[in-house]
Amino acid sequence: MNNSIILKNIYKNYGKTEVLHGIDLKIPRGIIYGLLGPSGCGKTTTVKVMTGILKASSGNVTILNNKMPSYDMMNNIGYMAQSDALYETLTAKENLEFFAKIYGLNKSQTAKRINYVLSTVNLTKDMNKLVREYSGGMKRRLSLAIALLANPKILVLDEPTVGIDPLLRNDIWSEFKLLTEKGITLIVTTHVMDEAEKCNMLAMIRDGNVIASGSPKELIVNSDSCTLEEAFIKYGKLGDSYEN
Amino acid sequence: MRIRALAMRILIQIRHDKRTLGLILIAPLFIMTIVYFIFNGANTELHVGVINVDDEYVYEMESNDEFDVTINEYECNEEGEKALKDEKVIAVLDMTEDNPVILLDGSEATNVKQALTVINSARLNINLDKLPMNIKMDEWETKYVLGKEDSSMFDTFGAGMLGIIIFFLVFLIGGINFLGERTSGTLEKLLSTPIRRIEIVLGYILGFGILAILQSLIFTLFVVHVLNLEVMGSIYLVILITLLTAITALTLGMMLSTLANSEFQMVQFIPIVILPQIFLCGIFKLSGGWDIAGHFMPLYYTTEALNEVILKGRTISYIADDILVLLVLSGIFITINTLLLKFKRSL
Repeated sequence: MNNSIILKNIYKNYGKTEVLHGIDLKIPRGIIYGLLGPSGCGKTTTVKVMTGILKASSGNVTILNNKMPSYDMMNNIGYMAQSDALYETLTAKENLEFFAKIYGLNKSQTAKRINYVLSTVNLTKDMNKLVREYSGGMKRRLSLAIALLANPKILVLDEPTVGIDPLLRNDIWSEFKLLTEKGITLIVTTHVMDEAEKCNMLAMIRDGNVIASGSPKELIVNSDSCTLEEAFIKYGKLGDSYEN
Repeated sequence: MRIRALAMRILIQIRHDKRTLGLILIAPLFIMTIVYFIFNGANTELHVGVINVDDEYVYEMESNDEFDVTINEYECNEEGEKALKDEKVIAVLDMTEDNPVILLDGSEATNVKQALTVINSARLNINLDKLPMNIKMDEWETKYVLGKEDSSMFDTFGAGMLGIIIFFLVFLIGGINFLGERTSGTLEKLLSTPIRRIEIVLGYILGFGILAILQSLIFTLFVVHVLNLEVMGSIYLVILITLLTAITALTLGMMLSTLANSEFQMVQFIPIVILPQIFLCGIFKLSGGWDIAGHFMPLYYTTEALNEVILKGRTISYIADDILVLLVLSGIFITINTLLLKFKRSL
């Protein structure tokens, strides 16, 4: 029962193309779990199945002991998509207020949570600007703020720090650490190795298969490598030789 | 609650987007003003030909206080007909025979109506017994030398235009708004929350419904008070019809927006979805079987209902059929939209 998310033998087809070939993941509560892999490897599809936006062609997803997809669970999951998914013609505050209502927060909760998430992503002084006038990094931070809004037990973040300057990226990762201390589980997809190293646990994904999983250290040591990149290459080759 | 949140968001978005707001609220008034001047060109000069018409009658026509009338005299029927074909005159009144004949150029619907008004009001103003010939017939024979009889005037157009403008703007703006939600990823974001698919569709209907009510109120007040169109029936019925029209247009726009990948592709639906409806909705008289084709268009029912209420002052029981059709169509489109969202999220 320590696992907050379990993916069991997940297959996903788009029409005739199979993009996930039996993904198995067990994600413990209160850690940062990274999904590492190149673009097109099935990371985004995996997190969409996880959040219940997509339905797996076969296999089971269990979140906090509930079978997905489920309306009840959706309030417990904060999702930040790869695209910014913001209403450009609204101000940042109006975006947040809209999603607060959709999540069903009451008035006092809304005000409190909006203040908290805005200060977390450092956008408090720009909250009354139209999103249209935001820079790419600011939009990314606002998307993150919206994902945090409903105080979810699980945060699913698809490439969260793309286009954010290194200083702020550091701040955001510290905030991630703080969130895990509160018992929140974070699932972060990335293709950047140094970001992957900051995760507590990692799953390496390639061509719709999990090629290896464990802590970054374990993955490096077990594959007899010096860096995560080297480990990724070695596990990848291992997978290819099995296929042949 | 969520439906209201969505509706509020749409209204705030449009408030921030001043150009769209202007398009919705002001553009229709501009269009109607132009239509008004097309059909009520009050100051145009009317050239009317006469053949063997009594001087007193000619005087009455020339002194018409509504229109600026110029009289051309011709010797015989052939000469008058030639003047008409050469477009020198709009109408020729021939009193050579006992039963006067009016020759007309029907290709200019507005001017023809005015010329007929001039001829007929002159007839009412003088004592016919004084005229040399026996002209007692209530209806004088009219003969269209050019074009055909066309009863379309601002009144007929005005009622229909309200429906067309609402349908056009709501279809386009609603469809593009929903398309933007799909392409920007906000729809997916929305679907990652516990919102129900039907709530999204209903939220859109509430938001654009409020907008449509506002739009048709401003439009109707403008047309009634500034352009002097008379609404014979209940204004509430007019609002009800426009609201149902807006819902049909919105849900159709949302449905078709799933086939478009950009705003431009949404605009490409105009010649396919909007223009045929304008031509077939009933404001133009069509020959052959084309009027039957109109029965397959939502706007046909809007136009029919609006004409009945605005021009003939009918009550709700008379237009119940039209309302029912619009309701059924909206219901079908809402269901399809909700099902289409299923491709985006299975739940």
